[in-house]
Amino acid sequence: MTAAANKNIPYDVEKARRDFPIFCEPVNGKQLIYLDNAATTQKPQVVLDALMHFYTRECANIHRGVHYLSERATESYETSRAKITRLINAASPNEIIFVRGSTEAINLVAQTYGKMFVGSGDEVLISAMEHHSNIVPWQILCEEKGARLRVTPMNDAGEFVFEQYERMLGPRTRLVAITGVSNALGTVNPVSEIIKLAHDRGVPVLVDGAQMIQHMPVDVRALDCDFFAFSGHKMYGPTGIGVLYAKERLLEKMPPYQGGGDMITSVTFEKTIYNKLPYKFEAGTPNVAGAIGLGAAVDYLQSVGLENISAHEQELLACGTLALQALDDVRIIGTAKEKTSVISFVLEGVHPHDIGTILDKHGIAIRTGHHCAQPVMEFYGIPATARASLGMYNTKEDIEALLWGLRKVREVFR
Amino acid sequence: MGPQKGKRGVPLMSDLRDLYQEVILDHHKKPRNFHKIEHANRRAEGYNPLCGDKLSVYIQLENGIVKDISFVGTGCAISTASASMMTESLKGKSESEAKEAFEKFHQLVTNHSDSPPDAAAMGKLAVFSGVREYPVRVKCATLAWHTMRAALDQSQGAVATE
Ligand SMILES: Cc1ncc(COP(=O)(O)O)c(C=O)c1O
Repeated sequence: MTAAANKNIPYDVEKARRDFPIFCEPVNGKQLIYLDNAATTQKPQVVLDALMHFYTRECANIHRGVHYLSERATESYETSRAKITRLINAASPNEIIFVRGSTEAINLVAQTYGKMFVGSGDEVLISAMEHHSNIVPWQILCEEKGARLRVTPMNDAGEFVFEQYERMLGPRTRLVAITGVSNALGTVNPVSEIIKLAHDRGVPVLVDGAQMIQHMPVDVRALDCDFFAFSGHKMYGPTGIGVLYAKERLLEKMPPYQGGGDMITSVTFEKTIYNKLPYKFEAGTPNVAGAIGLGAAVDYLQSVGLENISAHEQELLACGTLALQALDDVRIIGTAKEKTSVISFVLEGVHPHDIGTILDKHGIAIRTGHHCAQPVMEFYGIPATARASLGMYNTKEDIEALLWGLRKVREVFR
Repeated sequence: MGPQKGKRGVPLMSDLRDLYQEVILDHHKKPRNFHKIEHANRRAEGYNPLCGDKLSVYIQLENGIVKDISFVGTGCAISTASASMMTESLKGKSESEAKEAFEKFHQLVTNHSDSPPDAAAMGKLAVFSGVREYPVRVKCATLAWHTMRAALDQSQGAVATE
């Protein structure tokens, strides 16, 4: 079923919750209130079943054996690649590289495309709200090449400042690497405009889609991004599997990332001929089960409809934001006009860590800390925030529980 | 709400009170020895990247005795209170006594054996025994202590670690 076909069916969150076994039983003696979806999401039964099915019925290595099981496993693995191709509307499955997650996808680009096309005196442009995984790989590359990492600023609301970007996108910029959605603030960036301007100036763009893919429909061809990275575990799929999308034209030019089995056509001690796409970038036995599980997650998301999920989450975001804004001692960090369902906040007089511990005692899981975005914390002059990030199965009751939990925090620190 | 049960059906506030004891909350709100010692001859900085806690410990060491000790920084209630109470407990102690106290404190907050360190012998610091039940918070409780030990281990000339 396509997402569009679902538009008119009202979204039933209670039904969705029943798809996730973790909500059907107490966790640590309590009904789980899970508000840490930006870190990782829970897994629906269909994803768990796909993993179980692979290991119990289809387990074999892929692209290697002539035997029945190997063929079955190969087919399932490639079917997943096809599902992802359709999910993000890539032009071809050759453009879908299975990796461990967003982090590996970005490192792959830095170490292949970056190594080849970024030289001494060149610049890589990122934003002030990047996750460490879209900072450090570029720092490593720039250090190696004598290139410069430049950072476009954000405003007090945590929004991308387009005019500054326009100014910083210079003749030495070789690549723009930008997060689609900030994990610490929830800010949705104007990636389409960012890409358009970069392309006008001949600069390719990598979009870190780790916090985007689970919240909205993504069409890489409409966006025209050159690279798009995301993680399976944040989109209701398994851990240890993720995707790098890249335009075929670029992948053809890029040197391989790792050497080993499967990424070659022939090897002699004198010369190795690399395999065709996408296998050139998938050295060694990949996470076959993970890829199959991710395929099941894609099916699941499409059956529910990303538009439905997005509408539901936006309603929760509005409701949670309103409720937290009403509290005198709470300050929401990240107030962009366009946000996904992430609410970062600080509570006067109480360190986020203490909030986290007390909420946890009441069965409410949030994230506290710098969210792998220390520059963002520095920008706001705070060491850390408490972050509630909502997913497709969260409810208004979960938000009420959070508010109730914050009252308990105050009781302790009264 | 009843005295023990939370709305969600489990004894809660009593557990939390084991961690957030009154003494701890008091030291969090009004940390003692919370200032720089301008002419400290020992100093170190501690950082817990997980929660962003940062603190500096200053020690005036004379003839092997902690004449004065203080701290500044930001942190959660547990780390701030721990730093505050540490400075109170170490003033006047010898260098080796301070290091011994580090070991004992560490044991107190991590020990899961049947014979936890004699809490009574820990004096006021015994209020931190509740941390044991919160493994992720052990680093908060011990940050100041690690920093103190690093400060003591410094040679006199290398005080400025910045
Ligand atoms: C915006 C963003 N980018 C990248 C990552 C890294 O993802 P992973 O740890 O799955 O590689 C995350 C994960 O927190 C993220 O939120």
